[in-house]
Order: sequence, then C-alpha cells, then structure tokens
Amino acid sequence: MMAGNTVALSDITPVRPLTVRLHEWVTTVDHKRLGILYILFGLVFLALGGIEATIMRLQLIRAHNDLVSPQVFNRMFTMHGTTMIFFVAMPLVFGFANYLVPLMIGARDMAFPRLNAFSFWMTALGGLFLYFSFLGGDGLYGAGSAPDVGWFAYAPLTAKTFSVGHSTDYWILALLSSGIGSIGTAINLIATIVSMRCPGMTLGKMPLLVWLNLVMASLVILAVSPLTAAQIMLLIDRYLGAHFFDTQAGGSAVIWMHFFWIFGHPEVYVLVLPAFAFASEIIPVFSRKAIFGYSVMVLASIAIGFIGMSVWAHHMFTVGMSAGANTFFVLSTMAIAVPTGIKIFNWLATMWGGRILFATPMMFCVAFLFQFLIAGLTGVTLAVAPLDWQLGNSYYVVAHFHYVIVGGILFCIFAAFYYWLPKASGRMYNEALGKLHFWLFFIGFHLTFDFMHVPGILGMPRRIYTYEPGRGWDIWNLIVTIGVAFQAAGILVFAVNLIWTCWRGKLAGNDPWDAWTLEWLTSSPPPAYNYAVIPEVRSRRPLWDLKHPEDPDWRYE
Amino acid sequence: MSTLAISYPERGADWRLPSRGRVGMYCLIAAEAAIFTIFVVAYLFYVGKSIDGPLPKDVLHAPIFYTVCLLSSSLTVHLAVRRAKSGEMGAFARWWLATMLLGGTFLFGTAREWAHLILDEGLTVSTNLFGTTYYSLVGLHAFHVTVGLLALLAVTAFYFAGDLRPEHAERVEILAMYWHFVDAVWVVVFTVVYVIGV
Repeated sequence: MMAGNTVALSDITPVRPLTVRLHEWVTTVDHKRLGILYILFGLVFLALGGIEATIMRLQLIRAHNDLVSPQVFNRMFTMHGTTMIFFVAMPLVFGFANYLVPLMIGARDMAFPRLNAFSFWMTALGGLFLYFSFLGGDGLYGAGSAPDVGWFAYAPLTAKTFSVGHSTDYWILALLSSGIGSIGTAINLIATIVSMRCPGMTLGKMPLLVWLNLVMASLVILAVSPLTAAQIMLLIDRYLGAHFFDTQAGGSAVIWMHFFWIFGHPEVYVLVLPAFAFASEIIPVFSRKAIFGYSVMVLASIAIGFIGMSVWAHHMFTVGMSAGANTFFVLSTMAIAVPTGIKIFNWLATMWGGRILFATPMMFCVAFLFQFLIAGLTGVTLAVAPLDWQLGNSYYVVAHFHYVIVGGILFCIFAAFYYWLPKASGRMYNEALGKLHFWLFFIGFHLTFDFMHVPGILGMPRRIYTYEPGRGWDIWNLIVTIGVAFQAAGILVFAVNLIWTCWRGKLAGNDPWDAWTLEWLTSSPPPAYNYAVIPEVRSRRPLWDLKHPEDPDWRYE
Repeated sequence: MSTLAISYPERGADWRLPSRGRVGMYCLIAAEAAIFTIFVVAYLFYVGKSIDGPLPKDVLHAPIFYTVCLLSSSLTVHLAVRRAKSGEMGAFARWWLATMLLGGTFLFGTAREWAHLILDEGLTVSTNLFGTTYYSLVGLHAFHVTVGLLALLAVTAFYFAGDLRPEHAERVEILAMYWHFVDAVWVVVFTVVYVIGV
C-alpha cells in the first residue's frame, strides 16, 4: 500500500528540467542526498583506483615486462593507494554514515546540515586536486605528472630537491582539503548522535551501527587532525624553505613517519569500524535473531578505538627503534586482536541457531567473517617484530592489508549496498546478479590476495616495477593478475545491478527485509523530512516492538 | 507520504539531550587540540637540534605583558557571556569590545616580536630548526587568535545592527568556548617556547 502511494505521487509529479534537478543536488543540504553524493563520488574514484591497480598488475604479470615505465609505475602505486583510502573508502564510509545515522536515530537531518554540505564539497575538491595533478603536476619544470612518492610520502622524497614540479603539492592539497572535510563530517556525526536522538533512544538503545560510527567519528577527530598538521608542516617546508623533514639542516625523516602513522593506523579502524557496523546490522536480520552480546560489542568497539590509537609504530619496525619501543608496539598490536576476536565470536553466536537467509548481503557478510579472521591472523604474524624485519615491505604486507581492506571492509560495503539499496532507491536489486557479483568477486579476491602472500614470503619487495625471472615469483604473479580479471568482472556486474535496480527493480516497500531498526519505518525512498512524526523507542529493536506488541523487546532489556 | 508512526505517550515530554552547538564546539576543540599537539611535539623534539644560530636563549624575550592581555581576555569574554545571559546587552557589548581590544593587543605583540626577530636578529622560518618550529607554532596560534577575532567582530557587527538579542546568549557562549581554548593553548605554547625551549 505504501509503495503504491509512492508510485502514484511520482507519476503525477511533472518532470522538472535536468538543470533544475542538478542544481538541487549541487546545493543540497539534505543528509540523504549528501550521503548519495558521497557514495557516487566514492564509486567514480573506485573505478579510477581500480584502473591504476590493473595497470600495476598487468605490468607485473611476467618478469621483465615493459608495459609501463618505472616512473609511471611509481605514479600508479601512489595514486592507487591515495585514491583508494582517501577518495574511495572514506567517502563510501561517510556516505553510508550520512545516509543512515539520522534515519536510525529517528532524526530529520544531521546536527549541522550546511557543515555537512561543506564537508562533502571539501572532499570533492580534494579529489579534484589529486587528479588535476595529471595535468598540472608538471608545473613549469616539465617534471613528471601525478605524485610518485608513495601513499605515505616518506621524507626526503617529498623535499623540493627530489620532487620538483607540483605533483607532491597537489597530493598535499588533496589530503589537506579532504582532511578538513573528514573532520567536519566527524564533528557533525558526533553532534548528531549525541544531540539528535529521538525520545527514548538512550545510548544503550542505539543501534550498533550508530555506536560504531560514534567511535569512528571520534577516531577521525583524533587521527585525521595529526595528518592535517603534518601536511601543513610539509607545505611550510616546500614553500617557505623550512626544515621540519630536512635532514641536511638537522630535521628528521623519522618524525614524518611517526606523524603519518599516528594518522595511518587509526585510519584502518576508521574504515573497519563502519564495516563492523554494517555486519552488526545485517547479520542479525538475516539470522532472524537479535545481536548476541550488545553491550560487549559496544565495549569492544570502544576498546578498539582506544588501543587503535597506540599501535602506529608497528609500521616502523624495519626503521629501527629502541627495544622498549619495539616491545610496546608488539604488545599493543597483539592486544587489539582481543576485542576484534570478541566481535567475531559475537557475530558467530548471533548466527548460531538462527534461521539464516543467504541473500546477497548475508553472503558478503559471511565471507567477511572468515576473510577478516585470516587478515587478523596475518596481522598478528606481522606484529611479531623479528618476523616483520623479514616480511616488512614485502608483498606479504601488501597481501595482508588488502585482505583487511578488500576482504574485510569492501565486502561489508558491498553487503551494505545490497541491504540498503531498497531503502535508498525504493526498488529491489536483482538477486541473481547480486549472487553472480558475489561469486565473481569472491573468486577474484582469493585468487589475487591469497596467492599474493607467497611471493612476499619468497622475498619479493613491494613497489618494484619488474623482477628477474627464476626467483620463483613468476607463477604467483601470474595467478594474482588473473584474479584481477574476476574482480573487475564482479564490479561490472555490480554496476549493472545498481543501474538496473534504480531503473527496473521491482518496488521494495518500506521494509523488505522484515528488519527492526527505525530506517525501515519510513517510506522507501524516505521523504526529505524522514519522519512525519518523530518516532519514540523503548528498546533496541523498535520495529520488533511494533510488529509484536504481544512480546516486545523492552520487557527483557 | 505514508510513514508509520510509533509513539509512547507517557514518554518524550521530559526528553532532553545536550545542545548540539556545544557538542560540536567540544569536538572542534578536540580536533584543534590534536593539531596543536603535533606542532608542540615537533617543537619539543627539535629543541637544541638547530645546527647554527640564532638560538632561542639569544633572541627570545618572554612577552609577559601581551600574555597577561590574552589571558585576561578570557575573563572579559566570560563576563560578557554572563551579561548576555541576563539580558543586559549594553554591558555585554562593553565586555565584548574589551575582549577584542585585549586580543588585538596580543596580536600586535606577536607582530612586534616577529618584526624584531626578522629585521634585527635575521631569524626567519628557513634560517634553522628553531626558526622553522618557532614561526610555525606561534604562527598557528596567532592564526587561531585572528580567526577568533574575526568571529568576535561578526558578533559585534550583529550587535550594532541590532540583531543580537538575549536568546542568542547560547551561541555567544559557544563562541566564547573557542576563545577560552585559544587562550588555554597560549599557556602551553608559552611554556614550551619561552620556558622549556630556552
């Protein structure tokens, strides 16, 4: 009945000119539209970053390949890393947070809608800066387009002497600008979650997605700000001739590493906590059970936030630190496996004895559970400093963090796409295409990243543009590159499914999954004001209470 | 459009949450504090590592008078907020202008110190590590004072346009939180630059 109304309304609304509709999108302060803008932005850059990855893999498909020059290869790995972290993962995560948090806490918008628009456009400006470097990076020097200093841009590569032209400057401006956007969104998310919850939604009754995004936003404030500070210092070095990272004048290259990784490692948790958030909403709904151990899940998330701030120098074991520092960072890094392990057991316990429905979102979540476990286990091996001296900066490390970011985070993001697409578009995705996407991507992921561990163990360093034959690396590199084809095919099916859904999908109705959180209360897609009447809640599953008045949750919580 | 509604009539009337402006400002202050922390760490890390002069002990003189000015502006802004809350807008404006005057004096002090260091002592941001870290940290703080003064100026403009009323007291108070933060940061910067660093 609700869906019928939606159609009738959109049928009688006259179609406005394209310019008017575009103007509405550009000037919008609606959290749902900004969320969608963030996500579309992330998807465009996912394609760009994917192309850069494919170029690298084609170059490495066999020994002594000469598809691209060493210079181009350096630009590709720099642009791939920077793009994927700052302009794919962050916008996707922020997009979902923007779209879902106000809906899930029963609010009409974020706390500061105009700050929200400002933050998005700062991020977009950052993306523009980064890719403008392909055109403007040469500067007047004819000195090579696009940054080639690696995504963590160690000194002294970034010094004026070693990076002439403007490519590094565009890299700095891109991160500075998107960093300001990230901090703005984080402030907005915290203020929204603290101050905009609907009546009855105490902290202990918030959906886990909201809790995890609260921890994520706090981490953004504590982690992205140091990166912003370090970028300001680098700008002062490059433009005013200062010596922060200039070893010739007594400056330190190692302090840049510290500043970067004080951002860089918490950033992993900034990205993975929202992935946990998606899993924590999707797994219960498709197991038809309430989440197991809600309060322990909340505490584990907060623990991850705290411990995550104190593990950064495990990226620097190979640099050579004191025995005391090594010991501290080995222990803190291992300690963070504990709350993460608690989470994995809680998700498993949620599934245990449930009536599991293997729709596409759930399949991505189940794959995430096992892949994230493996990613965590290889992480523990790398936390052992002596082993890290052997494996650091090898393809083993590359395989490990792609297992986290692709096998963990991206799989959950895909799950979130399929789970909330019916809400955002009002239409159901194609289940067959969804399953095809899953299997193609699953096979591609394992071909690429399982086998990538092996050349790393055999001593293949990262960031080399080619290698000698006969070191036992050839066959593994071939398999890794073949996996890319499967992943690309999966992404293509995903794109087709997205477009097909918005165009031809059958109407989803308010609550296609028979779910329990507030976003499923309103129509699909939700009206601009979200809720005509602000809802009130008495338990963590308000829609369960509504559907089962004879046995509501609030009797037990 | 059709949406379901859930409500429990016995609840909701006494539902109070913290002010979003206040929470937002606390978060901004946390982010700014993190940025300052990195600059302070860099300053402390590079104390005594300059390869050649001028060195802090030769050229730096603690700006006691200007520091007193900035710290007392915290008091005046607090008094201004109290007047705004009790609706005495005239008294509010006097304390508010006093705050701006004190903040402006502080900035003038920084400018004089920089002019002396650059013109008389030949210390610039590229001279040595001391110059690099000194101008960056003190400059970052002066930048925040400037932004604060511009925000105070905007409120003053609203006042003289007759658009500032007692119901805006909370917004004024949130801006004052930022000003207090900028003052508190100066205590840290002062200690690091003029006490530990020399």
